[in-house]
Formats: sequence, C-alpha cells, structure tokens
Amino acid sequence: MVMSWIFCGFLLISCFSAALTGRGSELAAATAQGAQAGIVLAMSMAGSLCLWTGIGRLMEKGGVTALLSRLLRPLLCRLFPDTKTDSTLAGELSGNICANFLGLGNAATPMGIRAVRRMKSAGGTASDEMCRLVVLNTASIQLIPANVAAVRASLGCQTPYDILPAVWITSLCSAGLGVTMAWLLGKVWRRA
Amino acid sequence: MLDYTVPLIILAFCLLTLRKKENTYDLLLQGGAEGLRLLVSILPALVVLLTAVQMLKASGAMALLSSLLAPVFGMLGIPPETAMLVLIRPISGSAALAVGADLMREYGVDSLVGRTAAIMLGSTETTFYTISVYFGAAGIKKTRYAIPAALFADLVGFCMASWTARLF
Repeated sequence: MVMSWIFCGFLLISCFSAALTGRGSELAAATAQGAQAGIVLAMSMAGSLCLWTGIGRLMEKGGVTALLSRLLRPLLCRLFPDTKTDSTLAGELSGNICANFLGLGNAATPMGIRAVRRMKSAGGTASDEMCRLVVLNTASIQLIPANVAAVRASLGCQTPYDILPAVWITSLCSAGLGVTMAWLLGKVWRRA
Repeated sequence: MLDYTVPLIILAFCLLTLRKKENTYDLLLQGGAEGLRLLVSILPALVVLLTAVQMLKASGAMALLSSLLAPVFGMLGIPPETAMLVLIRPISGSAALAVGADLMREYGVDSLVGRTAAIMLGSTETTFYTISVYFGAAGIKKTRYAIPAALFADLVGFCMASWTARLF
C-alpha cells in the first residue's frame, strides 16, 4: 500500500512540476523511455545476477555459512547475552547474520524471523536485543553486493567489483555506529 | 590483488562444495534458475518504478529536489545528485535500484556520482521493510528506538559511501 502512495505521489509531482516548467513533451516521452529502461536494466543484469544466485547455493551447501557462524559466536555473546544460555537462538541469529553477509537474503529472513520470535518481549514492546538485531540487519554487511555489481557491469563498467573495499568499510562503519547508537538509546529510552 | 578477490572467492566456494561431495555444477544451475525467477519477480517493479523515475527527471522535479537538499547534503559531504536515492533507499529496494541505476547511467558508472550511488546501494538496506518484517512477525507494536537507530545507521552509510567513493 505504501508503494501505491509513493508511485501516485511521484506521478502527481511529475505532472505538476512539468506543467510549471513547460516540459510536457519530455514528460510524455519519459513514460515510454522509462518502461523501456526498466526492461533493458533487468535484462542486462540478468547474467551476473543468475551467476551469483548460483554461487549463493554453493555457499549454502559448501558449509561456508556454518563455518562463519562458528567464527561469529564470541561477538554474538556480547551483543545478545541470551545466546549464552539459548543455543537455538544463537544458531538462528548467527545463521541470519552470516546469510546476510553472503547475500543470501532468502535464507536470512526466515532465520531472523525465528530469532526475533524466540527473543523475550514484554507485551508487544521491542526488547533491546530485538532493536540490535534489526539495526544489524538494516545496516547490511555484505561480502559481494551482487546486484550492484551486475548493474555496473551492465552499464559497461570494466571493473564492476572495484567498489568492494568502499562497500565493506561503509557497511562496517554504519553497522558499528548503528549498534552503538542503539546501545546509547537503549540506556535512555524507557520501556513503556 | 583486488582483481583476484572475486574469482578466488568463486573458486574457493566451488572447491568447498566439491570437498563436501556435492554436485557443484548442478548447484550452480539450480541457483541460476532461482536467480531467473528472482529477476522475473522484480522485473515489473523495475519497469513501473523506472517509468516514475524518468518522469520525475523529465519534469525537472528531480533537479529541484537536489537543489533544495543541496545545502544539507553539502554539509554532510553527500553529492546532491543522489538526493532521490538517499530518500527512497530506506523505503523501497526496487525503487532504490531503479534510481541508482539511472544515476549510474546518466553520470557514468565510473563518475563520482555513479560510484557513490553504487556504494550506497551496496552498503545499505531497505530499512522500513526489514523493520516491518521482523517486528510484524514477532507481534511487536512498540518499536522503541529501533527506527531512529536504524535510520542513523543508514545516514552513516550514506556519508561514508560519499567519502569512500572519493578515497578509492
């Protein structure tokens, strides 16, 4: 429903602004060009996208997710104290974070949902651990942002992966500062 | 060295599955088919949203938005051309992809704006969607500080993306 409002809002703003600036013909042309561009974009990124979902399957079956989960345990205990006593929760949480890290969104979400359901909450109010999980998930620490690389390659970029170091630094900083912010807010935000 | 990162990662995963006596080739094909299904599922959204984005651009609304937000973005070091991307990123993943791809095409993939857009797309998530999925599943009504903290993380991501785009 949100998207319907956004889309209609976009159209309304476009028509209004085109009328003000007298760009009616450009606006009309844009409807056809935009739709065309959508298909061209989807088709030209199809190849690398398929390759990476294929490699994603390899990560799952090759035990990369399980290996990473084990490495993550010490950090997990600090962020989510309940995982010290609840090993199922620990498994779901580390699985969620690792799957996100490897870009396996389809595998990450169900584990995240099971983890959140397992966390204790008091009558519909989010706990500190839930907020931390959400912040970690929205900060998106990803090893290979495959679809961005696909878009770059589709536009003729010779080095589609050269943004990787920048992406790693950026997402580490945003996740780190995000969790710090959550921790600070958790101290002052009342549970009521 | 960086050139070898991606090929070596792919090689490592292939060897790992072989060692586990999995059918590597078959897994790649299965995953590839899944990728095609994924693409088909986002394709209509890309078409509809790119139409909207192109209309916003053609009507001059996008340029107006950029110039309106330019003072704030200038202070944070974010290129004002990415204003639309920054605003839409937390709300819709496919809209952000449409806006980002459009920026990369218009300004060039290797331009500062194009690279910033790519780094922003790669290092942030659809915040509101993620929050609604997780809290919805757990039956949480009061989200406390989750949204401000997550949006703060996004803001850090946008600023860092702009800075690292100049660095590398």
